[in-house]
Amino acid sequence: MTDLSLRQEIDQHLASGATALAATRLGELWLNGASPATAGFVVSRYERLRQSVPLLSHRAFLLRSFTVEPIIPLLRAAAFVNGIDLTVQVGDFNAYAQEILDPASRLYEFAPDLGIWALQTRDVAPELWEQYADLSSTETQHIISRVVTLFRDLLQAFRSHSQAPLIVHTLDTPPYLSQGVLDHQAETSQAAAVAQINDALRSLAKTHHGVYILDYNALVARHGRARWYDERKWLTMRMPIAAEQLVHVANEWLRFIHPLVGKVCKVLVTDLDNTLWGGVVGEDGIEGITLSADYPGAAYRAVQRVMLDLYYRGVILAICSKNNLADATAVLENHPGMLLRPQHFAALRINWNDKVENLRAIAAELNVGIDSLAFLDDNPVERARVRAELPAITVIEIADDPMAYARTLRDTPVFERLALSNEDRERGQYYAEQRQRLDLEQSVTSLEGFYEALRQEVKIAPVTPQTLVRVAQLTQKTNQFNLTTRRYTEQQIAEMAASLDWRVYALSVKDRFGDNGLVGIAITRDTGEVSEIDTLLLSCRVIGRTVETALLAFLVEQSRSRGKRRLQGWFIPTKKNTPAREFYATHKFTPLTERNGEILWSIDTPHAEIVCPAWIRLVSEGEGAHS
Amino acid sequence: MTISVCDRVRNICADIFALSAEQISLDSSPQSISSWDSFQHLNLVLAIEQEFETQFVPEEIEQMSSVQHIVDLLAAKLPSSDASL
Repeated sequence: MTDLSLRQEIDQHLASGATALAATRLGELWLNGASPATAGFVVSRYERLRQSVPLLSHRAFLLRSFTVEPIIPLLRAAAFVNGIDLTVQVGDFNAYAQEILDPASRLYEFAPDLGIWALQTRDVAPELWEQYADLSSTETQHIISRVVTLFRDLLQAFRSHSQAPLIVHTLDTPPYLSQGVLDHQAETSQAAAVAQINDALRSLAKTHHGVYILDYNALVARHGRARWYDERKWLTMRMPIAAEQLVHVANEWLRFIHPLVGKVCKVLVTDLDNTLWGGVVGEDGIEGITLSADYPGAAYRAVQRVMLDLYYRGVILAICSKNNLADATAVLENHPGMLLRPQHFAALRINWNDKVENLRAIAAELNVGIDSLAFLDDNPVERARVRAELPAITVIEIADDPMAYARTLRDTPVFERLALSNEDRERGQYYAEQRQRLDLEQSVTSLEGFYEALRQEVKIAPVTPQTLVRVAQLTQKTNQFNLTTRRYTEQQIAEMAASLDWRVYALSVKDRFGDNGLVGIAITRDTGEVSEIDTLLLSCRVIGRTVETALLAFLVEQSRSRGKRRLQGWFIPTKKNTPAREFYATHKFTPLTERNGEILWSIDTPHAEIVCPAWIRLVSEGEGAHS
Repeated sequence: MTISVCDRVRNICADIFALSAEQISLDSSPQSISSWDSFQHLNLVLAIEQEFETQFVPEEIEQMSSVQHIVDLLAAKLPSSDASL
């Protein structure tokens, strides 16, 4: 057991109360070698760390057609070292249909935050798996439509009983096809039959909110179909997957769980020398660094390609590098091998300052919490220092081999997203515009002058099917200007929007520099003569631009027009939402009740004098008569 | 690697059953360790297979009724240079 001394060190840290250090070392242990034994150790130690290390709790229910039990400790260990405390309940063996159909089943009784439906072809369509040669093409089509109908009915039943997100496995292709190489030449192909079911499954998933496809067939292929299965364990224990592959299933589930629990990073901060290119530009010069389509420069191009993919996924890129600004800028602007250019980066800290300070400055400049940052650096000393000084940052651990960097980056689950809004796609462009806004702010002397010069247009409208993804996403991601920090799924938002007492409003802002997109939400709930603000939040993009006053003026007017006498709302303090703390007081609300530091604020609507600022043009679609 | 097969098995058992290695002896069995149920047995088998880079056949898995049995099975399977008991 090679990690014995590391295990002893962890237990010593636990005994002496050095919990943060224990957690860091547990992460290292897991990274050194994920195995069933390590999983047992990591889970049992993390269960003792629960009270002292920040963890997000999540409950998953596993619907399955085969033995998945050995994956659970691996999943829980991987989740723990990534800051997630996962409670997993496993459904009965091959009983997923009954569990989904019966509203009183263990599945719904458990009320999971997440369902995972782990299937394989030999359970759902055994004929396609091993008796394909016996089938006529009509019989094959019958089997395909039987399976697709089953999926359709079960997905519908699940959605009618639960609003939890559901991850559904695609079916796997057998490692050896019954027709051999003929399969792909033949009229009717076994591989194509499986693919047909998977295509139908993808379409079915799109008809429901929060049903996500996990391409199990692709996962098997990525790790090697011939090595994936263990026939002996399948025949004796109904466990089809080889021991050493189980961790890959756990990791793939985790890639979905990260965005679902909101354990994601908005920003990737990268080093330059020996990370984005090979060599040190300050010493080797722009001609001397390694960066091209050939070996060894291709390793760094591959890293840049991943970052460019992340950029289009809405991840903000930033640079933190110890370098002379002129040397680094020359490469960023002019090196023919670069895929990334200055306009891809939202913040640059290229100087000789301490990286910890630079990372803090980047978070402040981008208006995000320090825990929104992920940090990539080839230097293990810098990584260790950042991890020790800023434990909230996700430090990406890379092996000492540039050819492996790109893959490690792709494997990092904090960059996974389950839905992409227009705002995500255009985030990069937004940052270019934001730099112009900052220039304007510096050139205009009074704050009012700045607001006037911005020429803001605020649009407030009820949530629509088109804006649902973004609205749910904002409730899950917004931390700073958020009065109650209540997180909602798409399904929950859709339910509120359909209810008579609830109203969900989405706010978008345009200004002279461009469209900021959908950046604010207000959710209200009527009870008798009172309208309560359940949620009010603004993206950090538009904090400090008086947009919140426009939104509140709109809410007052709406509740007045519905005959409500009072508008009230809680402020629930968190570590991050200080920017919103004075919101109600500033707008002349009075405190009504207090409970554990949470304050209920209220204003009488007939006498409320909250008006939209003169410099904002408000376009609203409420209900009833208003301007 | 001076650590014996016996100690390596005890360490794995400690990890899987969430005990300390001192609490695991050669006589430890499903009867003496309450968390040694059928699922943990499977986990134990997988952990040992991964650690020793070997595979057990179903008959062997059924025979593993104590730490002693596991060590004996490994001794028979592993090349003699590895099996320093």
